[in-house]
Amino acid sequence: MLNAAQIEALSRLARIQLDARETAALVTQLGEILNLVERMNAVATDGVEPLAHPLEIDSRRRADEITEQDQRANLQHGAPATEAGYYLVPRVIE
Amino acid sequence: MQWEPVIGLEIHVQLATVSKIFSGASTKYGTAPNTQACAIDLGLPGVLPVVNARAIEMAILFGLAINARIASSSVFARKNYFYPDLPKGYQISQYEHPIVADGYLDLPRADGSLKRISIRRAHLEEDAGKSVHDLFPGATGVDLNRAGTPLLEVVSEPDLATALEAVQYMRAIHTLVRFIGICDGNMQEGSFRCDANVSVRPVGSEALGTRAEIKNLNSFRFIERAINYEIERQTELLENGRNVVQETRLYDPDRDETRSMRNKEDAHDYRYFPDPDLLPIRINTDEINAARARLPELPASRRIRYVSEFGLSEEDADSLSGERTVCEYFEALAQACGDPTQAANWVVGELFAAVRREGIDFSAVRVGPAALAQLLLRIRGRTISNTTAKLLFKVMWNGWDGTVDELIAGSDLQQVSDTDEISKLIAAVIADSPQQVAQYRAGKEKIFGYFVGQVMRRSGGKADPQQLNVLLKSALSVRDN
Repeated sequence: MLNAAQIEALSRLARIQLDARETAALVTQLGEILNLVERMNAVATDGVEPLAHPLEIDSRRRADEITEQDQRANLQHGAPATEAGYYLVPRVIE
Repeated sequence: MQWEPVIGLEIHVQLATVSKIFSGASTKYGTAPNTQACAIDLGLPGVLPVVNARAIEMAILFGLAINARIASSSVFARKNYFYPDLPKGYQISQYEHPIVADGYLDLPRADGSLKRISIRRAHLEEDAGKSVHDLFPGATGVDLNRAGTPLLEVVSEPDLATALEAVQYMRAIHTLVRFIGICDGNMQEGSFRCDANVSVRPVGSEALGTRAEIKNLNSFRFIERAINYEIERQTELLENGRNVVQETRLYDPDRDETRSMRNKEDAHDYRYFPDPDLLPIRINTDEINAARARLPELPASRRIRYVSEFGLSEEDADSLSGERTVCEYFEALAQACGDPTQAANWVVGELFAAVRREGIDFSAVRVGPAALAQLLLRIRGRTISNTTAKLLFKVMWNGWDGTVDELIAGSDLQQVSDTDEISKLIAAVIADSPQQVAQYRAGKEKIFGYFVGQVMRRSGGKADPQQLNVLLKSALSVRDN
């Protein structure tokens, strides 16, 4: 079953900060969802093709053409910090 | 204990489309930052990705070229991680159902046999943007022009046994993707790059050791050095009774070493799931057959044919078969002049030299195969010598627009194959060189070349060399009493 440590690991990966109360609530709520999945796992599905998408239609494809123009000024309008055309973020060191 | 390395490569092939894999923004390299990153590439709310038909077509072509299975249905998945140059917080990739699976490539060994390298899969994905760390004090700059550029990630099985073999495999893929026209292969611009998975194990062991992944190797030289460094590092750890840690390492070419890159806490947990924005790609047999019909004869097959059918040396066959423009030129020339060996000599010799000298692409050569064939026919017909032909070739290269015969007639370079005329020149040289004649007749046969040179010079380079050889030999062997 799901435990608090797993919720903490997932919240770290998702960059979502949770306090103890929220973590405990999620253990219960996510646990219930997993219980449902568990019950569905019990259904015999031999011979049923897995479905990646509920729509049984083909993916539309677009022609390889340039249809977008430079929108940098508009798109950077809402960015917290830009300089020389770049988006600026806190320093990342690899 | 004896250790053996086990190496697998993940090669990122940037597909040569003009627009991105899920948006209509340009993929052109080297433009001003963020001028080619549209709302879809930025992952703004409400946008919907639509897949580029050409990217799918290129993936199919590659799959056919490595004898792989093309999936009748393949699925895009989200690979979730955080990094500033990945604006959506996930990369659209393929996970469980890649478009291409179970292919292989045969590498020629030195002894002529083949080593088969299995290719587990090749999947479509989008590239991330670029982070610039050294331009702004205290901040990282993000350029998202590259975000959304189509990549085909080609994943080999761990079938490679040495760093050199890994390089050979990488070169073969590099040749192949350029040959079938799906990638420009430009490694400086990052169009072709590679991650290497390296582990070592005791010789004879079946189990694989713990592997390290070396990231972003973008030159053939670096990949060889990085793998060799990594083999040594791991062997040393194991010899000393320590363990190899599964991790990602970055190769530093300046210090010629790899070093740990990401901490273990965030070890690969990408929480892949099918992307609900994109429907599965369905590919039917008609589409595969149409792609197969467009697939050119591949380098490996041409190399073998050039040896067996045309009688070329392995070396010439190798240098003529790697590039499509070269193959097509050579085959047209061989057909038109009727002598594949002569055609090969000229392409590998004069044409490659001219292309190198001018720093141009082979597709820009300035003498076409039909015109060059005329010149080669005149050599074989003994109208001109090979030396003269090389001179005339230069004139043609620099923009001669008449026929080869007009060029020969106009330049007074017709080969002298008049026996009398050559004999006169020989007699004169023999008369002028009593010392050399004596040496030759005393058994110093190497001096024969001196006579050839003298007669050639007096003929202005126009004496037919074959005739000259025969006449000169007989003239020198006659002793005047």
